[in-house]
Amino acid sequence: MLATRWEPLTQMNRLRHEMDRLFDRWGDNRPQQYARNTFPPLNLWENDDNLFVEAELPGFALEDLEIMVTGGNQLSINGERKAPELEGGTWHRRERGFGKFNRALELPGYVDSENVSAEFKNGVLTITLPKREEVKPRRIEVKVS
Amino acid sequence: MTTTLTETKNGNGMSHAETTRDATTYCPRFDIWETEDELVLYGDMPGVTPENLDIHYENGQLGIHGKVCPRHDDIKFSYGEYGIGDYHRSFTVGEAINAEKISAELKHGVLTLHLPKSEKVKPRKIEIKSG
Repeated sequence: MLATRWEPLTQMNRLRHEMDRLFDRWGDNRPQQYARNTFPPLNLWENDDNLFVEAELPGFALEDLEIMVTGGNQLSINGERKAPELEGGTWHRRERGFGKFNRALELPGYVDSENVSAEFKNGVLTITLPKREEVKPRRIEVKVS
Repeated sequence: MTTTLTETKNGNGMSHAETTRDATTYCPRFDIWETEDELVLYGDMPGVTPENLDIHYENGQLGIHGKVCPRHDDIKFSYGEYGIGDYHRSFTVGEAINAEKISAELKHGVLTLHLPKSEKVKPRKIEIKSG
């Protein structure tokens, strides 16, 4: 007999992922590999020498952000966006989020944590993480005998 | 004191207006604050520079369009969690706005837009004379 435990939550999650995948194909084609509620969403790419991490952080200032690299491959970003304190009026819409966030990520390779640099421009944070020598790709010469 | 601010958009977070370019347009998030003198709109539009932001107001229609220059060419993301595209949002403003005095500021990717109300719609305290 086939003994399958009925797990409604798992089933629902599976259904949701399937739906997300389906709609990603035709509609909103933004890439999504993580849960929707992780903040901030990150884009990561690399070239031969560096890893790059980018996040959209509107309304933050570089001094409100704390970027740390621990153990050579753990990146963490903390920050806070404070809600404006306004008086003598009413809110009609409140769609933007405020508060503290903390995001940690394991990088796909070891980086030289001494030389990590960050740039913050128009609300977009770009972190440049130089790769360690041993993880840089090396071209192997093939000798013709 | 109520102001009608309405908008039409579809449910997937993207703007409904179609563009001629084949690019994704995102609907930026906005907070709207009203005082006796003005409406203030705060919008998150990271990546937009002041020269690429177009705001127009006509007959109670407020249109905000931010063009985002592609930041990366031909990059394959190892992790890609968000997309980059233009921003578009429009509002219908029910109040009479003094269009001449609309001002906008863009800082750290946040747009602050001040829409001052016309004199005639500002609430006025009525003096009652005792006879």
